[in-house]
Amino acid sequence: MAVSAPPRPDVPPAPPARLSGSDRPPGRLTDRLFQWAALGAGLLVLVILGLIIYSTLDHSWAWFQQEGFGIFRDDWDPAHGQFGAGAMIYGTFLVGFIALLISVPVSVGIALFVTEVAPRRLRRPVIYTIDLLAAIPSVVYGLWAFLVLRQPLADIYSSVSSATGDIPILKTLFAEPSVTGLSYMTAGIVVAIMITPIITSLTREVFATTPTPLREAAYGLGATRWEMIRGAVFPHSRGGFVSAVMIGFGRAIGETIAVALVVGSVQQISPHVLGPGDTLAAIVANQFGEATGVYQSALIGMGVVLLAFTLVVGVSARYVVARYDRRMGAVS
Amino acid sequence: MRRSLTRACAVVLAALALPVLAAGPVAAAKKPATTTTVKLQSTSLSGDGSTFQKGFNDVAIGYFKQLQKGVSISYQATGSGQGRTDFMNKVVDFAGTDAPYPASGPAPTDPFLYIPTVVAPITVSYNVSGVSGLKLSADTIAKIFQAQITTWNDPAIKADNPSAKLPSTKITVVHRSDGSGTTQNFTEFLVKAAPTTWTLGSASTVQWPASTQGASGNGGVAQLVSTTDGAVGYVDFSDAVAGNLTYAAIKNSSGKFITPSTKSAAVAVAGVTPNPDLTYDPINASGAAAYPITSPTWIMVYKTQGDAKKGAAIKAFLNFVLGTGTNQGQKLAATVDYAALPKTLLGKAKTAVNSIIVPA
Repeated sequence: MAVSAPPRPDVPPAPPARLSGSDRPPGRLTDRLFQWAALGAGLLVLVILGLIIYSTLDHSWAWFQQEGFGIFRDDWDPAHGQFGAGAMIYGTFLVGFIALLISVPVSVGIALFVTEVAPRRLRRPVIYTIDLLAAIPSVVYGLWAFLVLRQPLADIYSSVSSATGDIPILKTLFAEPSVTGLSYMTAGIVVAIMITPIITSLTREVFATTPTPLREAAYGLGATRWEMIRGAVFPHSRGGFVSAVMIGFGRAIGETIAVALVVGSVQQISPHVLGPGDTLAAIVANQFGEATGVYQSALIGMGVVLLAFTLVVGVSARYVVARYDRRMGAVS
Repeated sequence: MRRSLTRACAVVLAALALPVLAAGPVAAAKKPATTTTVKLQSTSLSGDGSTFQKGFNDVAIGYFKQLQKGVSISYQATGSGQGRTDFMNKVVDFAGTDAPYPASGPAPTDPFLYIPTVVAPITVSYNVSGVSGLKLSADTIAKIFQAQITTWNDPAIKADNPSAKLPSTKITVVHRSDGSGTTQNFTEFLVKAAPTTWTLGSASTVQWPASTQGASGNGGVAQLVSTTDGAVGYVDFSDAVAGNLTYAAIKNSSGKFITPSTKSAAVAVAGVTPNPDLTYDPINASGAAAYPITSPTWIMVYKTQGDAKKGAAIKAFLNFVLGTGTNQGQKLAATVDYAALPKTLLGKAKTAVNSIIVPA
C-alpha cells in the first residue's frame, strides 16, 4: 500500500520576488502599524476613563472630605452648608426600579411578538418603529412629559390614591399624590419608554438565537407554542435577558434631562411613589449653574457616585451572564 | 405640461421671495439713536453670568450693534456663580451678576467695578379660581412656602385680605428646581422681612418642604402655576407678564401693600443708599411706594483695561446701557419689563464707567 504522508506546510511559501530586492515580506510593516493603532485605540479609551475618574474625584474631594460617610444621609440643605445625598441616591434607584417594572414586561412582550408570533412581513416594520423610539432625544421626552403627560397623570394619581386609601401597604405607597403630576412615578414612566427600545432589541436578538432543534424538540414532545417558549426559549435566553435588563437599568439610572424636568425636585426621602423627589443626575443638571465651592464639589461628587453605581451594575451584569453561561454549558 | 410646471415654480418662488425682499425695508425702518458717536475699531467682547439680566442684555446688545457695527458682543447666561468665577479668572471681558462676591470667598485681585444696570421685581404669582387682588405679608408668605399654611382659606391669609372670599383649595407651592439668583433674592426678602418665621435661610437653592414642587426656570414655574388650581410660586416679573399670571401685592417695610411693577421697583432702588462700590440691597427697602422683592443686578468690569480696542468698546457699551436717550439702554429696559435706575444711582454709575482707564 503506497500511502505517502501529506506534505507538511512547515515552511511558508517564498515571498514573490520584489523589484526593490528587499528580503523582508511586504506585509509586516503594515501589520505592525495596525497592531499599534488598535492597541492605541484600546488604551485611549482606558486613559480617557481614568482621566474622567481622576478629575472628577479631584474636584469633588472637598465634599468627600467634609462629609465622609455622611454623603449617604438624607440632608440636602445648601443654604446651611449641609450636603447629604441620601435622598438623591434613593430617588435614582426608585426611578430606575419603576422604569424596569414597567419596561421589562412590555419589552419581553414585544420581543416575543416579533420573534414568535408576528407574521414575517410584520417583523421589519415593528422593529423599525421600536428603534425609532430610541432615536428621540431625551429632552424631547422630558418636554413632552412636562407639557402633555403631566396633567392627565395627576388626575390618575389622585384617583389611585383615593381608591387605595384603606389597603395597608398601598396606602403609604400611594399617599400624597403630586397635584402637578411631577413625581417619581412620572419620571419612571418616561424613563421606561426610553429604555424599552434597548431592552427589546437585545432580548429580541437573544430570543432569535434559540437553536431551531431545541424548539422543534419541544414541539415534538407535544408542547403548545407558549409551552415551547417557556421550556426552550426562556431557559436558553436567561443570560442574555438578564444582561439586557441590567443594561437597561444602567441607562435608566443615568437618565438626566427627561428626569430633571418631571421628577419634582424635592430632596427628601419619601415612601410616596406618586409624590415628588429627585435623582443624582437630575439634581446635577438642575443646580450646577449656580453652585460654587463645596456645593459644586458636592454636585460633582454625586456624579462620581452615579459613575460608581453604573460601573457596579455593569460589572455585576457581566458576572451574572457568565454564571448563566456556565450553567447552560453544563446542561447543554 | 412642462410650461405650466415652470410657471407654478416661478409663482412659488416669487411668493417665497416677497417676505425676504420686504424684510429689508422693514429692518431699515428700525432706526438707531441719532446721537453722533465715534466709530469704534472692530473688536469682539465676551461676557457671561446672570440669567436674570440676559433678557435686557440681549436687547441692549442688539441696539448697540446697530450703532457700532464693528463691535460684536456675546453674552451667555451661565448663572451668576459661573460669571463671578469666569470674571475672576479673566476668561471673559465682563460678567453679569445678581450678587456681589461673598465676603468669605475668593475675589478678583485686580481692582474692578460693579456697574448697576437695571432692576426688576420678583412676583409672588398665584392661580386660585375666583380670587384676584390678593394681598400678602412677609410672614404669611414665609408660612405658605414652608408648608405651614396648607389651604387658601387659612386665617393668616384672611387677616391680610379681610374682604376677600377665599376657597378651601389646597395650596400647591412651586419653587425653582435649578439653582437661581431669583430664589436667592426671594429667600433673602423672607429672611429680612420675616426673620422669626422663615427658617430655611437664603441661597440659590434651599431645603424646600417635601410637599412642594420644583420646576425648571422662571418659565417652568410660570407654566406650573398657570396650569394648577391653588398653586403659588415666585416668578420673575417679565415671565409673569408673559405668562399672564395674577400676582399678589406684597406688604413692604412701611406697612403698605404694593403691586410689582417697573415703577415700584425703581422706587425701591431710590430708597437705598448704595455702598461706595455701588453694591446695594433693594430687598425690603424703605419707601412708602417701594416694592419689597426687587432684584438688583450688576455688570462687572476691570478698572484698568489691557486692550485699547476692547477697553474702548466696553466703555462705549456701558455708557450705552446707562444712556437715557431714545433707544438707549435705560429707555429700552421698560420694553422688556425691567426697570431703569433712578437718577442718583444712574449718575454714580456713569461716573464709575468714566473712571475706566483705557490704554491709548
